[in-house]
Amino acid sequence: MSVERALEGTGVWLDDRLHGARGVRVLLRKVFPDHWSFLLGEIILYSFIILLLTGTFLTLWFQPSMTDVIYHGSYIPLRGVRMSEAYASTLNISFDVRGGLLMRQIHHWAADLFMAAIMAHMIRVFFTGAYRKPREINWLIGIVLFTLGMFEGLFGYSLPDDLLSGAGLRITEGILQSFPIVGTYLAFFLFGGPFPGHDIIPRLYILHVLVIPGLILALVTVHLFLMFHQKHTQMPGKGRTNENVVGAPMYPYFMAKTGAFFFFTFAVLALAGTFAQINAVWLYGPYNPVAMSAGSQPDFYMGALEGSLRMFPPWQWVFFGHTFAFNVFVPALLPLGIVFGGAAMWPFLEQWITGDRREHHLNDRPRNAPTRTALGIAMITFYGVLWAEGANDIIADHLDVPLYLTTWIARVAWLVAPILAYIITKRICLGLQRKDAHLLEHGVETGIIRQLPGGEFIEETRPVDEEALAVLTSRNVPPPLPALVPAETDVPPPGMRGRLGKVRERLYNVVTESVPMPEPHANGHGNGHGNGHAVEGNGHGQESLPAGSSPEPRSGEDQH
Amino acid sequence: MSDTNSPGQPGAGESGEGSWPQYLSRGESHGATASGASASSAAEPEGIRGPRRVIGTPSPATARTLLAPGEGEPRREVVVRELPAEPEDPAHAKRMEKVVAACFLIAGLAGFAFLVFYGTIGVGSITAVTHSNLALGGSMALMFLLLGIGATLWVRHLMPTVELTEQRHPMHATEEERAAFKETFEQGAEASGFVKRPIVRRSLMLATLPLAIAPIFLLRDTGPLPGTSLDYTVWRKGQRLLIYGTGRPITPAEFSSPGSIISVGPEGYLDDDDAMAKAAVTLIKFRPGELVFGPNRKPGGPSTPNTVVPNWTVDNIVAYSKICTHLGCPAALYEQTTFRILCPCHQSTFLATEGARVIFGPATRALPQLPIGVDAEGYLIALGDFNEPVGPSFWERS
Repeated sequence: MSVERALEGTGVWLDDRLHGARGVRVLLRKVFPDHWSFLLGEIILYSFIILLLTGTFLTLWFQPSMTDVIYHGSYIPLRGVRMSEAYASTLNISFDVRGGLLMRQIHHWAADLFMAAIMAHMIRVFFTGAYRKPREINWLIGIVLFTLGMFEGLFGYSLPDDLLSGAGLRITEGILQSFPIVGTYLAFFLFGGPFPGHDIIPRLYILHVLVIPGLILALVTVHLFLMFHQKHTQMPGKGRTNENVVGAPMYPYFMAKTGAFFFFTFAVLALAGTFAQINAVWLYGPYNPVAMSAGSQPDFYMGALEGSLRMFPPWQWVFFGHTFAFNVFVPALLPLGIVFGGAAMWPFLEQWITGDRREHHLNDRPRNAPTRTALGIAMITFYGVLWAEGANDIIADHLDVPLYLTTWIARVAWLVAPILAYIITKRICLGLQRKDAHLLEHGVETGIIRQLPGGEFIEETRPVDEEALAVLTSRNVPPPLPALVPAETDVPPPGMRGRLGKVRERLYNVVTESVPMPEPHANGHGNGHGNGHAVEGNGHGQESLPAGSSPEPRSGEDQH
Repeated sequence: MSDTNSPGQPGAGESGEGSWPQYLSRGESHGATASGASASSAAEPEGIRGPRRVIGTPSPATARTLLAPGEGEPRREVVVRELPAEPEDPAHAKRMEKVVAACFLIAGLAGFAFLVFYGTIGVGSITAVTHSNLALGGSMALMFLLLGIGATLWVRHLMPTVELTEQRHPMHATEEERAAFKETFEQGAEASGFVKRPIVRRSLMLATLPLAIAPIFLLRDTGPLPGTSLDYTVWRKGQRLLIYGTGRPITPAEFSSPGSIISVGPEGYLDDDDAMAKAAVTLIKFRPGELVFGPNRKPGGPSTPNTVVPNWTVDNIVAYSKICTHLGCPAALYEQTTFRILCPCHQSTFLATEGARVIFGPATRALPQLPIGVDAEGYLIALGDFNEPVGPSFWERS
């Protein structure tokens, strides 16, 4: 009772000052829809929090300094070796601070998980169409966060100033130098003179611990606020429409579930940090510009960039006394530019092509947007080829394939594989749509064979149940193109005129290519479907979209 | 609220697992109807008779979720699940309460163990760190794992299953709200005079212009201008080649086994990373006749890319820049049998016998050759700097 009184007292005290009772009450009942794929975003958030916690711990001992010191610490193999203070303090954290190695390893694993979860989350959002209006801003923020995460990671693993990360910085310098006109200036300004100089570690340090995390934190906050404000999307299901959100309330359900998920994320990272050694910098040795070991790999999220640099043919132009390092500049910027730029433009391109400017809160099933899904898989394939090429020496070694052959495969595959992936994916999607249409049209096979009085055998089928029906019939049908609407005049409507209009019409036909939905039977078809008839449509399909369709106020169905 | 099984369904006896049996029990109820009226007749469409499934048809899992209730089957009652509510099965919840508490207790113990391990296991050697890492990380992981499991069980088994529906509203404001906003905004703009007093507006913009450029100016001193520094290294005529690592000079006689490779740097600069980042050199010893001289060699003159300058070699020893012409990594791998120098970063491959010309990979230029000779004491020396910039390409490079 006294706890209750204390809580009430605190609440009253706060409400007197903040007028929070009304708003917070609504907040407590805020509905969060459930789907396993919605957890991917949470992994990002929690690994970011773990990064902040472990990172703060590491800063207590890390010395961002390139001053030469002779190592005298506990790691015997490196005693007496000349190294930078940054490297020495990293050894110190690993071998002389209790829990230091664990925190370092959790920090590094968390960074990898952060990037992996961003990728998975982006893929989920893309394939379910969750980036559509009104969520384009959050999609763009996500792409910026991905880019920031790449730099944050690169700068972070460069800080220990070990041999491996030093090579990464050397490559960074080389890429900067390849920029036309300003390249050498950029490199000299970043490194404070010729490579490696003595400034780069302190500079990366402040970027890594303050500037970029600050930006990420700000953008994550906006991202979450928008998600909160716009309400989460939901997967199709019975009782779920474009006009409602079905799920468990935030308090206590979502809070407890997401809390548990935070613990799970931390547990997995702690397990990884305990049992899976990562970035063992003491084995690499301190950086020096003369040494390099075979099989050097960046962290996985830089792999695509690495592969792109490895794969590109040796093209370089010299004109008017200037060198344009085409072989560095283009592969450093173009492929990732295509991936990120393409991702950023797609929502707007899709809107323009389909003319679909409605709000979408009910997610698409990937098969129901075959072209989008195929484009996404093509992009993943494109990225994947580059990524694999980034480890081609390891692949060549383990699979016993000639090294140069792997490069040639990548050179061909980065152009061909995405096209194949597009075609195959689209076929698979359309096939799955056909299967859905078949289910809707003919019902579920029961396995019961019946002999009709005339001697004919038929198989019993039964209509799908309401939950499955809601999923199967949830398909977003884009509005027809203006030109396809019968018009009184011969003049095409605006947006469809000229050559651009033709292009748009053609793209529209590609983007909206789908297997036609079976004719929905009239409503009121009722529940008493006769059995035994192969053709048995289902009337009460919820069209996924049309604004103002009657929303079902509440559902008592079993979901999950 | 344990009334999720609708009346008349025999599924109530199936299990105590709350609401799930709705799907499971449908099969049961069918069984019941089927046994009630076993005769199958085509004229009687309602009610499915006979076995539920034969081989080759959808698995029970699919069938359960896809099949709609048949005619004559009791309709499932729509259960509104809203707070306040009780757990579906209080007895089950009571049992799970203990499990959840056990999870939390063991988590607490693991957390306590973490503290004990922190206090008792020292660090300071590889073995000690290994043990400490294992103990601290293991106990920490166990603690978080059990906290997560406990919290999950709590939600799933102790809390009533609740599903709420919230209505969405279009994101955009109503026309009236927009109009009101527009009016307010325009009133403000009008009052400020930002539009109708262009001189104020323009002078303000002009005033903020330097502010926008200032950061670029402030970053100017982050580094010196490159100038021509990328064109040169610290190598000078007469400078000895010192072995990287030992710091000793080397004579051709000492470096006599063909096929071997050694990293050297200029005397006085071995510990200078800035200098070595450009001046690092690979010495390679060949058997007589292995080196191929290009057609347009000019003894003593500049080495054209695909050419080894013969009088820059001493006793079949050649000195190439170790800095890869692609992105500056040390081209550190050498294959004796094929004379290939491979850069481990991006696999640019250079043919050592033919002036280190590129034979594969993204590099565009051969590794520059350092002119070498021997001094009076017989040690290898440089005859001068490289006659082209080493390392990656850059704009000012001609």
